[in-house]
Amino acid sequence: MAARRPSTVYLWELAWILPSIALPVSMLTALAVTALGAGITVVGDRGRVDSTKVAEHPLFKEPGVTEIAPGQYEVRLTGQIWSFAPNEIRVPAGSTVHFWATSRDLVHGLLVPRHNVNVMLLPGQISHAQARFDTPGEYPIICHEYCGVAHHTMAGKIIVEAKR
Amino acid sequence: MTGLERRLAAANLIVALVALFGGVTTGIFQALEYAGVEIYPSLAPFVRSHYHSVSMHGVLNALVFTTFFICGFVPFIFSRALGAPLACPRLAWWTFWFMTAGLVLAAIPLVGNAATVMFTFYPPLKAHWAFYLGLTLVVAGTWLVTLNLVVSWRAWRARNAGVPTPLAAFMSLVTFAMWSIASLGLAAEMLFMLIPWSLGLVGGTDALLARTLFWFTGHPIVYFWLLPAYISWYTLVPRQAGGKLFSDPMARTSFMLFLVLSTPIGIHHQYTDPGIHQGWKLLHALFTFAVFFPSLLTFFNVVASLETGGRARGATGWVNWFGRLPWSDPSLSAQVLAMILFAFGGVGGLINASFNVNMVVHNTAYIVGHLHLTVGTAVTLTFMGISYWLVPHLAGRALWSRSLALVQVWLWFGGMLIFSPTLHELGLRGMPRRTMIGHVSYMQPQWKALLPLVGIGGAIVFLSALLYFLNMVLTVTVSRRAPQPAPEFADALSGPDHAPAFLDRWRPWLVASAVLIVIAYGPTLVRLVTTTPLNTPGLRVW
Repeated sequence: MAARRPSTVYLWELAWILPSIALPVSMLTALAVTALGAGITVVGDRGRVDSTKVAEHPLFKEPGVTEIAPGQYEVRLTGQIWSFAPNEIRVPAGSTVHFWATSRDLVHGLLVPRHNVNVMLLPGQISHAQARFDTPGEYPIICHEYCGVAHHTMAGKIIVEAKR
Repeated sequence: MTGLERRLAAANLIVALVALFGGVTTGIFQALEYAGVEIYPSLAPFVRSHYHSVSMHGVLNALVFTTFFICGFVPFIFSRALGAPLACPRLAWWTFWFMTAGLVLAAIPLVGNAATVMFTFYPPLKAHWAFYLGLTLVVAGTWLVTLNLVVSWRAWRARNAGVPTPLAAFMSLVTFAMWSIASLGLAAEMLFMLIPWSLGLVGGTDALLARTLFWFTGHPIVYFWLLPAYISWYTLVPRQAGGKLFSDPMARTSFMLFLVLSTPIGIHHQYTDPGIHQGWKLLHALFTFAVFFPSLLTFFNVVASLETGGRARGATGWVNWFGRLPWSDPSLSAQVLAMILFAFGGVGGLINASFNVNMVVHNTAYIVGHLHLTVGTAVTLTFMGISYWLVPHLAGRALWSRSLALVQVWLWFGGMLIFSPTLHELGLRGMPRRTMIGHVSYMQPQWKALLPLVGIGGAIVFLSALLYFLNMVLTVTVSRRAPQPAPEFADALSGPDHAPAFLDRWRPWLVASAVLIVIAYGPTLVRLVTTTPLNTPGLRVW
């Protein structure tokens, strides 16, 4: 074997180290651009709700769907074993839906696949997510956190109706 | 090195492998359930539900098998590297029995379906107190291992002033130092929240505070699993491949960076949690990308070391050194195949860590696919590779069958190549994890087509595991008696004498580690601890 002298080890190391710094830095930059520039962001701190008095909180007194502006819908949603309230949401195609959600008991999840709705529902915390539904059809709302023996039955649906 | 370290390693390995057997057996149940095979009715009363099975699978594999294997292998390799016995043999045995007692305490409710809370045990799901207390004892036991390693190292240092700590011993110390810092979060969650609450001493709990403390430990725990595998890849595998370690100083650098960066990144598991400001989440994303750097160093150094092995065995080209590795050695094959799948696991991990991109994959089957590449293959297949020399060495008997071992290793690799990409894809198609998929009320046609592959891949991996256990049992019972040497440590092309002196100093690195933790976690933890009412009642709904 043409043994590499120890002295050349440094060169190889350097040749690897520089791109190894550049790669994560550039990925992180891309990430910051999408998060801060394009505003694609995850849930933040939206305040607490007393987990033992969810029904008294103004947001969750009456879970349901309200049109807050043309094409803008607010969904006030609670998760509890083993259902969502409301468990069926109807909006016209092209709507933006703002979800405000919490849990009445255990840790639950709120997942609408392919719509960037993926947030945990924690007792004591208010979650928020928003998504636009352009294509008419039926989309599942899935609890994606284990919440007991019937976890797999905890689901709802969003029905996106074709524009009249 | 005395008989003590050997007996201690053997005792820990026995517990580890028994746990692994339970873990893989419960694993196949879930894979079959996904594929539509009704299996649970025939398993009553041992397995009460899918979720009982998932809980046992996660706890036995990810918490018990890993921890006991590490507490057997690392002190063994540490003592071998120093050429000195552990300083406190009685403490070592007390530690083992203490951890085993904790394990038994936790295992009783787990197996009895009184702790069907997954290995993340998020409250308000409320398990039996013995589960929390038992796991806490296991964690406390690992601190005693740290103590023993540190005392032994200081004694060695006193006799060997000015000598750099041998690489494997240095890495062992980093592993346990990192873990001892990182496990404080879990210990706090257990001692101040879950144990008093499960005993009825306090009335309620809080989901977010518990999750934040859990993930303080929950991410670095993957480095606690991985670093011992790295110890083997860095210090033994190059020699097993017929070559040398490429760079000792680079290896030390990467480990010190793991010590500093492993912990202040746990909130990347909580991107989708409400109640934590996006700014902190972004900071944890930044540190997570920083820890990608030592991972890249490891990738380069380990592959370059393998290359020296292939070249020493006659390879001359850019690529053919890979084929020239001693593939007939199951210990080497297992670990090189583990590395290959780990490369994909690392790339997937970056996706998980990518803040907003995480919304596409969080809590979906994608994560399950990722875990099975990382802890399920990089760690597990490496530990299997280690045991192919370690178990014969400890038993004083030849490995029962080399060819069976080779078949086993390739089956694991092939099975995971089906199992894991399928789960990744199912996750991208929106399938949740930890869910009894065969019985969901919202089955999607785009999942259904792929689910049989989960069953097939899982069955191949399970078959591989059975062949592994068969080989191990026959090795220690009926195989030919003959002393089996342990592999020697690899020499380095660029040795420890090239390492800058600050790599052999501990204080600056430990201080840096503490400072980053305070920056990354301090404000969030202080706010949560001071403002959170522990008032959410627990539930047992399984």
